[in-house]
Amino acid sequence: MAIKDLPKDEYLLKGNAACPGCPASQALRVVLKALGQNTTMVVPACCTAVIQGIYPKSAFNVPLMNIAFEAAAACASGIKAGYKAQGNDDTNVLVWAGDGGSYDIGFQALSGAAERGTDMIFICYNNQMYSNTGVQRSGATPYGASTTTTWTGKLEHNKDLSEIMIAHHIPYVASACVSYPEDLYAKVQKAKSIRGFKFIEILAPCPPGWRFPMESMVEQGRLAVESGMWALYEVENDKMTFTGPSKGILEGLRQRKPVVEYMKAQGRFSHLFKPGNEGKMKIIEQHLDVVWDRYRKQSSCLK
Amino acid sequence: MPKEIIDTANHIAAEAVRIAKPGVVAAYPITPQTTIVEKIAQMIETGKMKSEFICVESEHSAMTAAIGASASGVRSYTATSSHGLLLMHEMLTWAGMARLPVVMTNINRAVGPGWNIWCDLNDALAQRDTGWIQIYCAYPQEIFDTTIQAFKLAEDKRISLPVMVNHEGFIMSHTSMPAKIYDEAEVDKYLPKYNPNWKLDPQDPLSHGNLISPEHYTEVRNDMQKSFDAAKDIFVKNAEDWKKQFGSYFGGMIEYYMCDDAQYVMVTLGTIGAEGKVAVDKLRKEGHKVGIARIRMFRPFPTEEIEKLSKKSTLIVIDRAISPGMGGIVHSEVKSCAAPGTKIFGFIAGLGGRDVTYGDIENMIRKAIEGKAKSSEWYDLKEAQ
Ligand SMILES: Cc1ncc(C[n+]2csc(CCOP(=O)(O)OP(=O)(O)O)c2C)c(N)n1
Ligand code: SF4
Repeated sequence: MAIKDLPKDEYLLKGNAACPGCPASQALRVVLKALGQNTTMVVPACCTAVIQGIYPKSAFNVPLMNIAFEAAAACASGIKAGYKAQGNDDTNVLVWAGDGGSYDIGFQALSGAAERGTDMIFICYNNQMYSNTGVQRSGATPYGASTTTTWTGKLEHNKDLSEIMIAHHIPYVASACVSYPEDLYAKVQKAKSIRGFKFIEILAPCPPGWRFPMESMVEQGRLAVESGMWALYEVENDKMTFTGPSKGILEGLRQRKPVVEYMKAQGRFSHLFKPGNEGKMKIIEQHLDVVWDRYRKQSSCLK
Repeated sequence: MPKEIIDTANHIAAEAVRIAKPGVVAAYPITPQTTIVEKIAQMIETGKMKSEFICVESEHSAMTAAIGASASGVRSYTATSSHGLLLMHEMLTWAGMARLPVVMTNINRAVGPGWNIWCDLNDALAQRDTGWIQIYCAYPQEIFDTTIQAFKLAEDKRISLPVMVNHEGFIMSHTSMPAKIYDEAEVDKYLPKYNPNWKLDPQDPLSHGNLISPEHYTEVRNDMQKSFDAAKDIFVKNAEDWKKQFGSYFGGMIEYYMCDDAQYVMVTLGTIGAEGKVAVDKLRKEGHKVGIARIRMFRPFPTEEIEKLSKKSTLIVIDRAISPGMGGIVHSEVKSCAAPGTKIFGFIAGLGGRDVTYGDIENMIRKAIEGKAKSSEWYDLKEAQ
């Protein structure tokens, strides 16, 4: 489906409080178009809690329950059970959480709901840090990135939440990126058609957090995918399929763009380009090889 | 016809929950609450109860799922104890501020370390300011009745607040005693179907709990305070209506025992107030004018009633909990609303499950009568070991 063919309905309204060039609100706009009106959202503490706007107004056109930072998947479990008790088994229950609310503090509730097989869609928009509180590191922050709690660059690699969710043996896991809205739309539609726990992660390049000009948000997302720093794929009932440019990279039909092309426009990596930091660049490149090696092994297992 | 049974307080509470028919029950096991969760799970699995049961991975999630369920538009219930309740703390405030009528049974248990599974009231009293109505029970029938009444109170549109019904670990939870299980059809007449003020409805897409500025927050809090104030009379009326319909009754906000002419009144929460009746009977036989005010409703606090009581009697507060650095928790509350010049003695007793027998209660009251009690002291404190 082409962008122009996406439904015209808008559930994220104008006048919301997102930063210009915000990837979270862009991605959410597409997600809600795919899910439609019969959707209830749960949002933990994160940028989206702010994007809504201030009481008594709201920029959302679907019912939305705000909940504590670590609690989103548990809240959605309660809502789903409550709807079921009322004979409503078809409202989409959507969790929309940042990487903090999924990778870190929200992980226990996420894992619990996935293990229980609750019929819901959990989407992590991953901007690779805690934006809401002023750009601190998270478990999703990549090695080398400067944040306000890793000023000179993070010393650890990020964990890979999608892989962890695959290990929950849920019917659907997908990795997407805001810069590929058709791919994202298709993945959300597929998730919507499947019963059980569905997990989707969306890379969300955040202009103020990653420190690049807001007009290049879409381009940053594309570079992430083209350089292999992010991958587009889906795992449906243990069958792993790469999509978009990631498919070509996996199959060796396409070269990964050099990571420096991805990193050079982002202030969070600028210190890595200073003399003396060549070793750190090398670590990133080597890690990327390991990641793609694993993707190849995984996708040949999960056929 | 009501069914007379002999069973533990936990099972009696579970029976009350079955009859109240919550749409969703979400819970996580902890001693001494476990037998409630097990019994409810069994009733749901065997079709005796129709609720959706969410066997969550923590108490934080139990309270959150109960909140989500309530927001979806159904009656919701959970039960916990001690560390489980402490873990819920953040979500207790969420339920309170979201004005969701979740009902929870809390089995009072001491907090660690060291691990102590026995009873004291520090778990629940530490949640005093979370925006929950708190009720403390001392009899199995009272637990049955109060659990049903709790749903009615919580869901009253003038109130819309969560309610915590407490009973003490082991002393109540695992002790078999007789109680009447009233007819479901009769209870249905008393407890109307849940009709929420709001719910998460795709036809009416509202946002709940988004950012709120200083311009509005104070008024939201004030509205909550008004509902707490209103809950006092409604709670009392509900208990009286129950008495008319079913016969059982344990008092309003306070259960008074021989207080009318009492010179000395013991004030307490929970089973010490029941056990104390034996001590009072004995002291009365000796000619001492003593009585008991067992506070049933701790939040909202029976401020006016305590003030009234303090005008005619010396108060002896027995606390099964402590606020370190301050003293007995009920003691502080009672002092804060007693009339100026009232004599008030405070004892801390029974922490971490140490028995408080009627003999102990007699000793404490006698000490006050004999003028030997201090304004605040620990009862039965052993030499450092
Ligand atoms: C228990 C708790 N701890 C800390 C916070 C403060 N807090 C609010 S949002 C947030 C970070 C959110 O990060 P993320 O989930 O990645 O979403 P983003 O802000 O990036 O959209 C933090 C630390 C909180 N609200 N609750
Ligand atoms: S900080 Fe980033 S994610 Fe948050 S609203 Fe702004 S652009 Fe969006």
